[in-house]
Amino acid sequence: MTDTVKNTALFALVFALILISGFFQGWNNALFILNMGIISAIMALGVNLQWGFAGLFNVGVMGFVALGGLAAVLIGMPATPGAFAAGGLGVILALVLGSLTIVAAVLVYKRMAAGRTRNLVIAAVLIIGFFVFRAILDPNVALIEAVNPASTGYLGGLNPGTEETYRTYGWMMMIAWPVGGLFAAGAAWLIGKAALGLRSDYLAIATLGIAEIIIAVLKNEDWLTRGVKNVVGLPRPVPYELDLQSSAAFIERAASMGLDPVEASTLWVKVLYALLFAAVLGVLFWLTQRALNSPWGRMLRAIRDNEVAAEAMGKDVTARHLQVFILGSAICGIAGAMMTTLDSQLTPGTYQPLRFTFLVWVMVIVGGSGSNLGAILGGFLIWFLWVQVEPIGLFVMELITSGMAEDNWLRLHLIDSAAQMRLMTMGIIMIVVLRFSPRGLIPEK
Amino acid sequence: MEFLNAIVALANYVLIPGIAYGSQLALGALGVTLVYGILRFSNFAHGDTMAFGTMLVILVTWWMQSVGISLGPVPTALLALPFGILGCIALVLLTDRVVYRFYREQKAKPVILVIVSMGVMFIMNGIVRFIIGPDDQSFSDGPRFIISARDFKRLTGLEEGLGIRTTQLITVITAIIVVALLFWFLNKTRAGKSMRAYSDNEDLALLSGINPERVVMMTWIIVAGLATIAGTLYGLDKSFKPFTYFQLLLPIFASAVVGGIGSPLGAIAGGFVIAFSEVTITYAWKKVLGYLMPESLEPSGLVQLMSTDYKFAVSFVILLIVLLFKPTGLFKGQSTT
Repeated sequence: MTDTVKNTALFALVFALILISGFFQGWNNALFILNMGIISAIMALGVNLQWGFAGLFNVGVMGFVALGGLAAVLIGMPATPGAFAAGGLGVILALVLGSLTIVAAVLVYKRMAAGRTRNLVIAAVLIIGFFVFRAILDPNVALIEAVNPASTGYLGGLNPGTEETYRTYGWMMMIAWPVGGLFAAGAAWLIGKAALGLRSDYLAIATLGIAEIIIAVLKNEDWLTRGVKNVVGLPRPVPYELDLQSSAAFIERAASMGLDPVEASTLWVKVLYALLFAAVLGVLFWLTQRALNSPWGRMLRAIRDNEVAAEAMGKDVTARHLQVFILGSAICGIAGAMMTTLDSQLTPGTYQPLRFTFLVWVMVIVGGSGSNLGAILGGFLIWFLWVQVEPIGLFVMELITSGMAEDNWLRLHLIDSAAQMRLMTMGIIMIVVLRFSPRGLIPEK
Repeated sequence: MEFLNAIVALANYVLIPGIAYGSQLALGALGVTLVYGILRFSNFAHGDTMAFGTMLVILVTWWMQSVGISLGPVPTALLALPFGILGCIALVLLTDRVVYRFYREQKAKPVILVIVSMGVMFIMNGIVRFIIGPDDQSFSDGPRFIISARDFKRLTGLEEGLGIRTTQLITVITAIIVVALLFWFLNKTRAGKSMRAYSDNEDLALLSGINPERVVMMTWIIVAGLATIAGTLYGLDKSFKPFTYFQLLLPIFASAVVGGIGSPLGAIAGGFVIAFSEVTITYAWKKVLGYLMPESLEPSGLVQLMSTDYKFAVSFVILLIVLLFKPTGLFKGQSTT
């Protein structure tokens, strides 16, 4: 069996699984799995770029995904009337001063001779800078958050529409996707500058921390994201179901296919999303595939396999690592913006490392690290399992306990806990793959 | 009087919580650092090992409470602790036998072991959620306070109260006993010395006839004990929730790295450094400053440097500073580059 046949068979299997779930659980559900599967595949591509190509151990995926979500809000939502006038400039001034403080501290560190004087000067710069930053930031934040706090209370975004008309600018969400990539890339540049070059498990701990901090910022800086009050009702690049249902042409077309207009509209929206997402996935796959087979990709793999030898050959290891770290994180940011678009809301409280970081890692490991096709397959397959383990677990539990009395405590507990089966399943899959097929389903060539 | 009030407020809100939290982190960091020293990888499953051990303790505690066994004023959980430790040891040794040993024999790169430990983390997290559920559980019993703020005020006549919770005192006492035992074991016993030898230089240790599998087994047993104790103390002091234990991973790693990973003494120092930085930076200093400063200069705001939600940022920044400027940590652990 050649590789092509095997790979086609694997992908056919995954899509067959999604089709089966469509027949049994309804097509809305199947399309949901497909859409999130595409987004997961993109995240897996990003992590694969970092880990598979370059051996960089990034467990901060969640942070980059969340930054993409932030971009979706900042691009797609309308500006809150009066909010920017109230405190926008002050907040920007505070942020600029804050970054200048850090730049100043770095400059002092680089320019002054080492010694106690330098440490004191750095400490003084940072402490004074911090208090000035807070002194300017806090009152302005309070002003912004006071603007109609029940429904807005944040700056809003760049959407030119008003509260009533902003939904007509849905196409702007597609701008948010690359912007999400840029946000993530910017953060990755900062982290990479500081933490790359550490041993791999330290990079892991550092990225784990950064992700938690990004989530903490999104949760607490209400002027930016409304925090845990969530931003809902983001515009979308595809038509709304209600508009479709009131369009005579659409109803007619749905009727000709023998579908009820309400169901047809929900399906059609999801199909449009799937097409958009698939186009993004296609472009990114083409790009990463080109990168993998280019001299640049070969250089990265050479660095991954033997850093010392590559450095001796004159390759700039740190610069390549920084590059690939930024690119991979940017891809995760794009996926994050797409996910927020699909959800039409940003809910900082729902970002959890197990779901957004470690699950993506399972996808990459199971798919085959170093292989782009593998990452995509892993993305679809693991996402499918993540969704389906719960109903399957419930079914298994009912089967196991079918002999017990209806109110047996063990039976009740097992059925109650079936929802928790998914983490265990993911762990078992990961460990089994690492043990018996460490190169994954579609190994690197 | 003003000055005394300031000190009491400081002790009540910063010193005592900091010491208790620092002891919990130190015990957690000791486990991470031991795994790193002997097995040479960062164990991502440590937080969930803590959660598993604590869960067993909670289950035994509930059973004891239901049949009426108690320790009087001391929480029943302490009586349940040995059972939790035994169960946790069993799970950890089983994990090592089924999962990690294979990679040790292969001499796999440390980063592979880290990824494997991510898989173990998923499974342990799943087991805990499966058995006890993802919600908050409280299992502390006995009197809540050794001295409550109100009693303290009445006794001393000060404006500020000083409350010491039973769990805080128990945390500190247990931590001291455990650490003393651990250091005695590592420095005075033959087994402990062989562990340190193995950590310093694996090849030399093997040459002098130390059985590596025995060393690894002892390490896991100690780590399981430390994890269960740290988790139980944290759970008694705050509350038990599987997700919180997973999140503890970050400050625990930070403590281990700040102290110098691989160095037990460093892990303890690191635990306190991280705990006190978190508490001082997220504490609203208004009260203390209000007592100390003349009336005219009294601060109007809360004087809180950062909101409590940013406590992760604090441990992270300290971690980053140490990694960048002193990669071996405060106590000269293994290098981080």
